[in-house]
Amino acid sequence: MSEEPQAEWPLYEVFVRGKRGLNHVHVGSLHAADDEMAVRHARDVYTRRNEGVSIWVVRAEAITASSPDEKDPFFAPSGDKVYRHPTFYAIPDDVPHM
Amino acid sequence: MTLTDHELEQAFETTIAHNDRIEPRDWMPEGYRKTLVRQVAQHAHSEIIGMQPEGAWITRAPSLRRKAILLAKVQDEAGHGLYLYSACETLGVSRGELTDMLIQGRQKYSSIFNYPTLSYADVGTIGWLVDGAAICNQVPLCRTSFGPYGRAMIRICKEESFHQRQGYELLMTMMRGTDEQRAMVQESVDRFWWPALMMFGPPDAESPNSAQSMAWGIKRNTNDELRQRFVDMSMPQAEALGVTFPDPDLRWNEERGHYDFGTPDWDEFMQVVKGDGPCNRQRIAHRKRAHEDGAWVREAATAFAAKELSA
Repeated sequence: MSEEPQAEWPLYEVFVRGKRGLNHVHVGSLHAADDEMAVRHARDVYTRRNEGVSIWVVRAEAITASSPDEKDPFFAPSGDKVYRHPTFYAIPDDVPHM
Repeated sequence: MTLTDHELEQAFETTIAHNDRIEPRDWMPEGYRKTLVRQVAQHAHSEIIGMQPEGAWITRAPSLRRKAILLAKVQDEAGHGLYLYSACETLGVSRGELTDMLIQGRQKYSSIFNYPTLSYADVGTIGWLVDGAAICNQVPLCRTSFGPYGRAMIRICKEESFHQRQGYELLMTMMRGTDEQRAMVQESVDRFWWPALMMFGPPDAESPNSAQSMAWGIKRNTNDELRQRFVDMSMPQAEALGVTFPDPDLRWNEERGHYDFGTPDWDEFMQVVKGDGPCNRQRIAHRKRAHEDGAWVREAATAFAAKELSA
């Protein structure tokens, strides 16, 4: 490895499960030298008040995202399929449990 | 399919008009991005520099209880700085750049942290008035138009409430003590009142960026609106505590339904903002030293990570 002064520690995105039964949710990011340090720092930065029971960290550069700029064409396929929603179907009011 | 600049700008304006949030990878005008970088960075730096005035008292806390509380509070300030740096980095600035800009004085932090903490009562006063003013500023920012900034503010506001209450409780405890302790509280409040009012920034008429920031939904209230809200909130708290504020013009105005109050010394404010407050040099020198003293830790951790990876 090079002896030059190192650039910053890599950026990690942090996901926290608030309690059992909930999904992990993105809460923010932090810098850490490696995965283990990222988990420790995530605990100290994002769960100081019992906000989590489980933490995921992932290098930000490993995430592939859709591009919001092209939102319309990318998400268009779901836009015109109203029949995927329960409200599309008219059911008489007196039919129970629907 | 690519969108023209005009279409991008229209999409941005529509999002703002609908009170929707702008997210990091959305197109945004360069001015919007720059304004946010400046504001969020300044906010992050304030949290980090804000650790110093109170941190100075950790080793001299009067009891283990107060020491544990103060440690937790100062640790929170570090956490708040990190939430905000994280939000700021989504705008395309690096953490290293932000740290450098603070240390080199190219970005500012709140002028309040350039005042010294002379007694333990100041820990209470900072919690009550300084964090109280910060809450006034920050609650509306939970609805700011830039998503990551708003989300950071929500986390911060939840925690600030502890800060304000612990400060007020500390002062209440001292007010139940000796005459000397009560005098310490009053003296501390006298020193912090005007600087706390200055935390909302210059008067609206002299705040050139405010109008644009409001139009972009970055700011939700003007400086003067927030200052008034803070005065109105603080007066009954001062009465309950048994202290006064050092302002002869402070009185209830039945007609307005608000308290009238005097004008802060804006010359002093400008002087502190420009770097000539009581502690500006000391604060930056301390931050610089901490950054430099930590260099070997950052380098060692990087070397260790590289070694683990190659093993």
